[in-house]
Amino acid sequence: MAEYTLKLRRYDPQSGEAPYYEEFQIDLEPHRSVLEAILQVKAEQDGSVGIRCSCRAAICGSCGVRINGKAGLACHTHLDHAAKTGVNADGKTILVEPMGNMPVIKDLIVDMDAVHWKKIQRVTPWLINKQPVPEREYIVPHENMVDVTQTMACIQCGACVSDCLSMEVDPLFVGPAASAKAYRFVGDPRDAEQFERLKDLAEDPHGIYDCTHCFNCIEACPKGVAPMNQIMRLRRIAGNDHHIVDRNNGERHERAFVSLIRDYGLLHEAELLPRSYGGDSWFGKFHPAAGQELLDSLPVLVRGIARGKFAPKKAIFGHRIASADLKAVKAIYDKVEGKPRRYELNLYISGYEDDDAPGAAEEPATVAAGGDGMPSAPGPDPNRPTAASESESA
Amino acid sequence: MKVAYWPGCVSRGFTPELHGSMAAVAPLLDIELVELDRACCTGAGVIAEHSQELADTLNARTFALAQAVQDADLMMNICSTCQGAQSESQERLDANSDYRTHVNGTLAGEGLSYEKGLTNKNFLWLLVEEIGLENLKAKVKRPLTNLKVGPFYGCYIVRPTDRLGIDDEHPRDHYLHWVIEALGGTVIDYAGIHKCCGFPIITMNKDASLTQAGRHLSDAQDAEADCLVVPCPLCHLNLDLQQPLAKKAVGRDDLSMPVLHLPQLVGLALGLEPKQLGMSKHVVKPTAVIDWSSAVVGAPAPA
Repeated sequence: MAEYTLKLRRYDPQSGEAPYYEEFQIDLEPHRSVLEAILQVKAEQDGSVGIRCSCRAAICGSCGVRINGKAGLACHTHLDHAAKTGVNADGKTILVEPMGNMPVIKDLIVDMDAVHWKKIQRVTPWLINKQPVPEREYIVPHENMVDVTQTMACIQCGACVSDCLSMEVDPLFVGPAASAKAYRFVGDPRDAEQFERLKDLAEDPHGIYDCTHCFNCIEACPKGVAPMNQIMRLRRIAGNDHHIVDRNNGERHERAFVSLIRDYGLLHEAELLPRSYGGDSWFGKFHPAAGQELLDSLPVLVRGIARGKFAPKKAIFGHRIASADLKAVKAIYDKVEGKPRRYELNLYISGYEDDDAPGAAEEPATVAAGGDGMPSAPGPDPNRPTAASESESA
Repeated sequence: MKVAYWPGCVSRGFTPELHGSMAAVAPLLDIELVELDRACCTGAGVIAEHSQELADTLNARTFALAQAVQDADLMMNICSTCQGAQSESQERLDANSDYRTHVNGTLAGEGLSYEKGLTNKNFLWLLVEEIGLENLKAKVKRPLTNLKVGPFYGCYIVRPTDRLGIDDEHPRDHYLHWVIEALGGTVIDYAGIHKCCGFPIITMNKDASLTQAGRHLSDAQDAEADCLVVPCPLCHLNLDLQQPLAKKAVGRDDLSMPVLHLPQLVGLALGLEPKQLGMSKHVVKPTAVIDWSSAVVGAPAPA
């Protein structure tokens, strides 16, 4: 047995009192879970502690909390691990708080309906059948369903929503869980509305382009759903396959960035900004949207030049790598971009090769095998053949 | 030690003081920098968002160039975002030999090939793991006594933990704290330490982006930090270059928070002058805000 101090954030909105922290001493073996500790406190010390839980086996998703500042499942976190994580860890104290970005109902219980479930509903979380509906079951290529299993692993615990840093400043952001749910249907070959789903999420000012790429949701998720990676896939299919040019500059920003690296090898910051607003060409800066942005940014640029941060010449013309290297970079672009289909390696599905394991070399860790044995990206539907449909016909 | 050095784009573009201060500090730490000036941008996550294979191939080219540097101990970068983008590509390349062979096929035209297992470390990691904190402490000539420093890591260097090799033996998400202490400074704890500066969405949702920056600056100022230190030039753009706009976004006219690049903070403690480290190039001039006479005690000790 070991002794731990459980520091709980207590709050009852109906009491009229402010939130406060309360410490409880517990005596449990280090491999027992934080949930067991909370339940021990509830059973033996203070029955009024509020916690939502059910399965105690990391499958129902009820006991999402913040442990030492990071969201996770209380039933899925060992006491010894919890006590030593966090910058201020002392190996003994475990801070447990309700999840973030959602209103607190009582103590460790948050209002999932007010935030999480609303956002899930917002992405039309059901299959919209392609017509005609077959008389019997749909025949779906195995690879395509494997591709969406990562998002299907979600148990709706809300940990990713809790720690989403975009939602912290923009509560209207559709958020990680709902975006992952959106990919579940965007990636499903039976769904009839891939384009409409993507157009909707790209054009929403709080949609897929509002993600700030902070990886917090990937870190928080107890099931490996990697919501941020799913958001990047939604962007990839929206921009590259459906050419959805959104009002949020998302697609333009991506296209400008990619072509500036092709042309310069290095990022040309002063060109990226106007092109993200006005379109991906040297003339982008003369577009009215870019003009307004440049005008707004003028004081910033002038200040930078005044401080000697960047020379006017460099700001205007940017910097490049040597021409021979630029040629090599362009050759890579031509070869990779010239392919009919994108290649995408999803390590969640393919796994990691273990060099030491016998027979590892004989089992190439690819799932969605395309024409040359490479993993292949989920493509648009039905405009292009997917890897899976090709391998079926092969 | 000799390192294949990837400075990144922004350190040679909009934050030239970062590249400059790294070059000034390296000899004091016995680091020989062999600049990878043939390499291109890591893609900063944006090229990967467009095409993973393109980003992985461009980064594999950089890795191959680094491996071609004679007698280099490892590859080093000075940008969290570069570290994150490169680690992501390397994870895929190292995890799957078929994929690696395929990517190397694209590089073959240039006679380059990436071999699994490159060691690529941000300057922060290199300071702690290769140079060592005791060694660093011994080199300090002007301890940052009374200087209250708020660490700001940037997302790409702390998450995802498994990809970045962060575990009990390598608590890399604590290293900035340790370095500040080793240099004699005081670590300021505030809410934004491991949060996002907001830079990636500055063109997509400017309000949200600037609000993020403004909040972290406010939190640090309210915690009485004298300055922030960042291992990422993109964080620096949002926290320093955009600070006048970030102030407005959060309605804090009183905000004035200098943001130092990591090599600048190290250089200061190793006895270099603020001007040598390019600190006059910041939008929020550290010299205008920090009382150097009390925060950084006197002149550096004679060698």
